[in-house]
Amino acid sequence: MKIDRRSFLAFVLGGAAGTALSPLPWKLTDDISIWTQNWPWTPVPPKGETTYVDSTCTLCPGGCGIRVRRVEDRVVKIEGRNDHPVSRGGICPLGAAGVQLLYSPWRVRQPLKKMDGRFVPVSWEQAIGEIAGVLRELREAGTPEAVAWIADTDRGTTAELCRRFLTVYGSPNFIRTPCAQDAWETALFLTQGQRATAGFDLERATFLLSLGSGLLEGWGTPPFVFRARGALKDNNGRFVQADARLSKTAAKADQWLPILPGSEGTLAFGLIHVLLKEGRERKPFVAAHTAGLEELKRQALQEAFSPEAVAQATGLEAKAVVELARAFAAAERPLAVCGRGAGRVPGGLQETLAVHFLNALVGSVNVEGGVIAVPEPEYIRWPEPEMDAVASKGMQTPRVDGAGSERYPHARYLLNRLPEALLQGDRPAVRVLFVSGGNPFYSLAGGERTEKALARIPLIVSFSPFLDETAAAAHYILPAPTHLERWEDVPGAAGYPKPVVGLARPVVPPRFATMPTADVVLRLARRLGGPIRAAFPWESHEACLRQTLGPAWETLRRKGFAVEEGFKPQPFETASRKFEFANADLKRLAAFRPLPAPGDPGAFKLTLVPFDTLRLTAALGAPPFLVKALESEILLKNDIRVEIHPQTARDLGLVDGADARITTPQGSARVRVYLTEGIRPGLVGMARGLGRGAHDRYLAGKGVSANRLLAAVEDPSSGLEAGWGIRARLERA
Amino acid sequence: MEEPKSSAPSSRSEPGHGGQGDGAGGAIILFFILGLAASLLVGWVAFPALLYSEKRQPVDFNHALHNEIVDHGCASCHFFRADGSFSGAPKLAQCIECHREANSDDPEEIRFVEEYVKPGREVPWLVYARQPDCVFFSHAAHVRLGGIDCAVCHGPMGESTSLRPYQENRITGYSRDIWGWNIAGIKRNSWDRMKMDDCAECHAQARVPGGSVQTQKDGCFVCHK
Repeated sequence: MKIDRRSFLAFVLGGAAGTALSPLPWKLTDDISIWTQNWPWTPVPPKGETTYVDSTCTLCPGGCGIRVRRVEDRVVKIEGRNDHPVSRGGICPLGAAGVQLLYSPWRVRQPLKKMDGRFVPVSWEQAIGEIAGVLRELREAGTPEAVAWIADTDRGTTAELCRRFLTVYGSPNFIRTPCAQDAWETALFLTQGQRATAGFDLERATFLLSLGSGLLEGWGTPPFVFRARGALKDNNGRFVQADARLSKTAAKADQWLPILPGSEGTLAFGLIHVLLKEGRERKPFVAAHTAGLEELKRQALQEAFSPEAVAQATGLEAKAVVELARAFAAAERPLAVCGRGAGRVPGGLQETLAVHFLNALVGSVNVEGGVIAVPEPEYIRWPEPEMDAVASKGMQTPRVDGAGSERYPHARYLLNRLPEALLQGDRPAVRVLFVSGGNPFYSLAGGERTEKALARIPLIVSFSPFLDETAAAAHYILPAPTHLERWEDVPGAAGYPKPVVGLARPVVPPRFATMPTADVVLRLARRLGGPIRAAFPWESHEACLRQTLGPAWETLRRKGFAVEEGFKPQPFETASRKFEFANADLKRLAAFRPLPAPGDPGAFKLTLVPFDTLRLTAALGAPPFLVKALESEILLKNDIRVEIHPQTARDLGLVDGADARITTPQGSARVRVYLTEGIRPGLVGMARGLGRGAHDRYLAGKGVSANRLLAAVEDPSSGLEAGWGIRARLERA
Repeated sequence: MEEPKSSAPSSRSEPGHGGQGDGAGGAIILFFILGLAASLLVGWVAFPALLYSEKRQPVDFNHALHNEIVDHGCASCHFFRADGSFSGAPKLAQCIECHREANSDDPEEIRFVEEYVKPGREVPWLVYARQPDCVFFSHAAHVRLGGIDCAVCHGPMGESTSLRPYQENRITGYSRDIWGWNIAGIKRNSWDRMKMDDCAECHAQARVPGGSVQTQKDGCFVCHK
């Protein structure tokens, strides 16, 4: 027998036949298909018992009700809570991505102290002890006012405890981070005499005029605003968006008015001009409930606000201005809103006043479908603390940011003015800065100058749960638990027209050795002793919350929120008991004047306008879900894209996707170009929220921060930040 | 001129081929059979042995013994939660209700108490019937609505006195019970296999609603959500 090629082939053939007759190929195919459908490296929620916990989201001032799904002890999903009055089952992308913040790899796991430029873990005892030591020294030196506190809210027990701590310590420098509500609150106070926040009954308005507000891009409480947009459609209402670029909001509006950026206030006065000139104001309301119309007429009927002049200033046609005014006045329940983009920049007070006057002229103030003054919550009624001489003296000193000064008597917080104040003198006015929210190192405009100013502070303490830019620049990080790991009372929902209080609760036990900021305050007070200790009779923040809320605690704990359903707006509290278009306080304000973009138009031919998107956050870094969902028109790989009109591109010799360098008086950055007809020629649109210096690897190092290219612009009438853009140059890179 | 040249080799080889005939044919058949036998051996014996790794359960559990003591049969330990979801393998908390201390001299029970109950450690039970992650399966729909007995899918598990070894598929990571212990996929009982065809067979018989309107067949999304 000879073994040759044939025998080998026969062996192979036999093998093939045998394999086909065995289960091997079929079983292998099946297993491989199962393997490919269930990649072992794809994360899958653990198996186990599913439970739901109702809580309140505290990631923005919206205060939406959330329903958190857990499998065993792991949070796997955050959904909107159906029975919550504000969000009614809705949730914004950030709220839904909140799970990733809880499990984020860039969380700070224990107190950290910076030594030789590097963070080293320290115990809570040591960190609090050392900070208390510095505070004691400052008090002994008689300069307690050199302590400042930046917080992202001034409401609720945590914020009130921080403020109370500063007060008994002797510093008036508690600063809330800026937002559009700052201007609205001042406007309500000056015209209605009410200390209140502005609520907008968007759901019942029938004509919604938005002057640059990104209603679908994070303005107010997103789920509420989104639902209101739907309601407007159902009511056959009309939605007009005045916006310098075709934002998502403008795209969803019934009409887009592509106005020149920064001309929103002029347009509002132009509309008032037409209303008054044609006698289209709601006469019964104006006669019965307002005062000072004559003064407003003098102001608005100037030639500068005639349709022709306004057309010139806004880039619209005079006819369009007149038609808009007529349509607005003719609507059953018209409502005008302002606060650019997501409303994170307050904007000029006079501009907000103009919009508020416009609402008052058509009777849309404190009525159904209008602007409603929502009183500040009053459940925190602690006894006045006893203050010693050092504290009393410290509290008499003027605020470091100039709020409440003779120049800006009505401003409550002016964080934007802090950097300049810090640059004065040999020693910075602030020696210790506590930061519980707001991430000022990232969110303040002004680029390097702002950073340099903040860096002059010898001791910065950050309470951030994450390693954000401010935490990275701080000397101590005392990490707070995330919004899913702590108790928090959440009064009010941004822009919601009724008083509401929510309760956030620990959905899971704290993952790391974190401590609620309020508890740190209580511990600091205990360390400092004397009247400071006596002002805080509570064992813990939770005990304080329980005691403060009293009988409401149980209701809140059970239900998760309390809303005043039958709320009726309160009568005006001005001297005349009417809505005042003019009074002594208003008269003292610097007159309305549209603020130009800083920079020399000769050297910088273009104007950079920042814009907001729901997928990028401001202070807080966007979690990976949001960054992954960013459209390529905003972020291409690691490069940010700037929007320009094709005509601008032709003039500059740029093509779509081209590398370019943008330069403003503040700085310069490499960008890529995105050509779109959805922006006016001569403008450069840039998304806010990228260019992070800290955070996780999904966000850090992507694009550039618009804030670094922008300059701080101070509103002459209020001191508030009012920047909307800056002159810029764009060149091929 | 070229044709004869090209046909020459074949005309030459034919007689040669015929001449070698018998001996070569035998070798071919032999090698064919050898190949066949070897591959059958690989396919039926070596492959299954290589494909699965065998694991022992962390604790040997006597279902029969427990079944005699409890009041509600399987549901005493494998119960539906208040929200209708199925609890599956019991948690340590349930075991502790009776086994805070060892109740007998059984060494396995003593070990269970020492290793799991005292340190409060969950028992990492190996679940024979765990379906791949791409499958949605609701016990409530089958047991409560469909009225199907546990044994229809899980067999007479409740009568076992000891836990059989768990075999894990090295490729997929899932239990051998899904494909079935018979490597050819032949089943005698309804619980011998838990593949998609087995689900589909029962669904077709029971005319389960939720099928595709267009194809008149079972809808993919009934189970693959």
